[in-house]
Amino acid sequence: MENLIALLVAAPLLGAAVLLCGGRRLDAVGHWIGTALAALSFVFGVILFADMLGKDPEHRTLMQHLFSWIPVEGFQADVAFQLDQLSMTFVLLITGVGSLIHVYSIGYMEHDERRRRFFGYLNLFLAAMLLLVLADNYLLLYVGWEGVGLASYLLIGFWQHKPSAATAAKKAFLVNRVGDMGLSIAIMLMFTTFGTFAFGPVLEATGDTSEGKLTAIGLMLLLAACGKSAQVPLQSWLGDAMEGPTPVSALIHAATMVTAGVYLIVRSADIFNAAPDAQLVVTVVGAVTLLFGAIVGCAKDDIKKALAGSTMSQIGYMVLAAGLGPIGYAFAIMHLVTHGFFKAGLFLGAGSVMHGMNDEVDMRKYGGLRKYMPVTFVTFGLGYLAIIGFPGLSGFFSKDKIIEAAFAKGGTEGWILGGCALLGAAITAFYMTRVMLMTFFGEKRWQPDEHGHEPHPHESPKVMTIPMIVLAFGSVFAGAFFGIGERFVKWLEPVTGFEHGHPPISALTVTLSTVAVMVLGVGLAYVQYGRRPVPVVAPRGSLLTRAARRDLLQDDFNHVVLVRGGEHLTRSLVYVDHTLVDGVVNGTAATMGGLSGRLRRLQNGFARSYAVSMFGGAAVLIAATLLMRAV
Amino acid sequence: MNPVNYLYLAALLFTIGATGVLIRRNAIVVFMCVELMLNACNLAFVAFSRMHGNLDGQIIAFFTMVVAAAEVVVGLAIIVSVFRARHSASVDDASLMKL
Repeated sequence: MENLIALLVAAPLLGAAVLLCGGRRLDAVGHWIGTALAALSFVFGVILFADMLGKDPEHRTLMQHLFSWIPVEGFQADVAFQLDQLSMTFVLLITGVGSLIHVYSIGYMEHDERRRRFFGYLNLFLAAMLLLVLADNYLLLYVGWEGVGLASYLLIGFWQHKPSAATAAKKAFLVNRVGDMGLSIAIMLMFTTFGTFAFGPVLEATGDTSEGKLTAIGLMLLLAACGKSAQVPLQSWLGDAMEGPTPVSALIHAATMVTAGVYLIVRSADIFNAAPDAQLVVTVVGAVTLLFGAIVGCAKDDIKKALAGSTMSQIGYMVLAAGLGPIGYAFAIMHLVTHGFFKAGLFLGAGSVMHGMNDEVDMRKYGGLRKYMPVTFVTFGLGYLAIIGFPGLSGFFSKDKIIEAAFAKGGTEGWILGGCALLGAAITAFYMTRVMLMTFFGEKRWQPDEHGHEPHPHESPKVMTIPMIVLAFGSVFAGAFFGIGERFVKWLEPVTGFEHGHPPISALTVTLSTVAVMVLGVGLAYVQYGRRPVPVVAPRGSLLTRAARRDLLQDDFNHVVLVRGGEHLTRSLVYVDHTLVDGVVNGTAATMGGLSGRLRRLQNGFARSYAVSMFGGAAVLIAATLLMRAV
Repeated sequence: MNPVNYLYLAALLFTIGATGVLIRRNAIVVFMCVELMLNACNLAFVAFSRMHGNLDGQIIAFFTMVVAAAEVVVGLAIIVSVFRARHSASVDDASLMKL
């Protein structure tokens, strides 16, 4: 059975190699190869899952040692895999949602002449992401971590003829690099502290390590997670990443890659459990990001950017839960999985809308689309109900548990975190209702474009709608399936551990208030966008709205603090270099030059004057000798 | 006769030679003055040899003569070829190496 683990990674990797090296002769069949290999990987995953279910919960971990990668004295890096319940969850999510999005992309990318390359990149992403979650040590995880970063870069910039896409790809890559630096420092710290970076030994050794070191490692891991998962302060790339094709946004920038940070934190649970300060920072980052993303999501008119804000906010929930320790890990992963379903579904729905609307993304130019795209409307609607936490649907079960766990943190912190999470739930309901109403309800607001073509909204082909329907099923039922009887918690407990939280208010009160704020958010959005017509040109808006449209000034902040700061720093360094360093060097040279100019005059070419200096010198020498004798 | 008188004579000859090297322009004369200085040294060596009662000074005098003979050979050849090229034996004219 262990041998199947490598095949999980190998299948999409083979696909990427074949598609990217195969050249144009594969153009006609490339998308089928890519989809088939993704599906094959999913089949392997299901087989391994069935096998795992048949075993005792405590002995489900499979290890596979593939080969010794860097065997050096005192440094051992292996290419080895570890498949436990946590990795298994990710494998099924990645290959399952990944395969569906491959199918969807067949339709979505139909008219793109570089479709084969697109599928090659998608397969590359799957391989890297699987490597990330299957690695049994941090170094191999880092390989996967960089691999998904590369795939993300290639796919955001897939339409690189658009300058905005090329810039967005660069931005994502650079911001991620800051986070990657955190991960590499964390791995180095682990190596100096524990002498190894395999999960097993590192996590076992946390008990007898000083808290300061663990806090440092934890904070560096958090920095890595912030980069990959678009958490404050490294959140600025996610909105621009929407320049990529929509299936990419659905798979990489909503369902899977951006959740890698949450995986990293949950995987390093023992480190964080032993470093309460690092945990506190994790919860703060999560709480800040969940509000930040939600506020940004409220103001965006671009449907994909609104969803990107929402993604950021939902990952904030996961990070918050992961920072709560054993009371939250399982819920973080549960929300991650349900979010994978409904957010991928929402993005695919957004892609379907764009597909029918000549790639228009401005929601102010949609309106009344439910008549034209019934399947998209229903699947998007179910995803919408799931994300706002409508009772009975996926988001309700997973988000409610996180809010409850946040309150259970205890003390003032618990009230603050729980309050943030509740407020986030209200804003989520508001912005998602806004998206829903602006897109599918109200009057039609689209106009002919500059060439006089009026969009003719139409339902997308079956190859696109079927994945949306499957994901909608997941959005509706996954939460209940996982949540009732704590099935998901029991499944993950052997890996992440679990404690029951004890919130200061009863669980029922939390649930009721979650539903209440959700209704409040929906109601507010209905009053503003449902009852009144939506203006086609965005009104000026309040100060907060204008700031939120500019992503709460994240880019301005980065520009002023980092870009300007960096410029000033380099300028002052150049000034010091020019004046001080060059001054010393040039000064020495000038002094020497002047001195030798003087000395040169002695060289007048007259033999007799040379003879004088010779005699003079001899006389001085003799006089000196005599003088020394006399003394 | 007091051997110190030979030293006075050697000093006188050396001074004459040195003055000639410094003030004369004709290369041949300068050259002869150099020879005069060398021979003044020889005289001093021999006088010291006599005063100290050993042969070291006389041996060095022979070395000096050999060096002087070799010098004459090379030096005269240079002077002759400089004169052929420039039609002048003045040492001040041969100042081409000046910067």
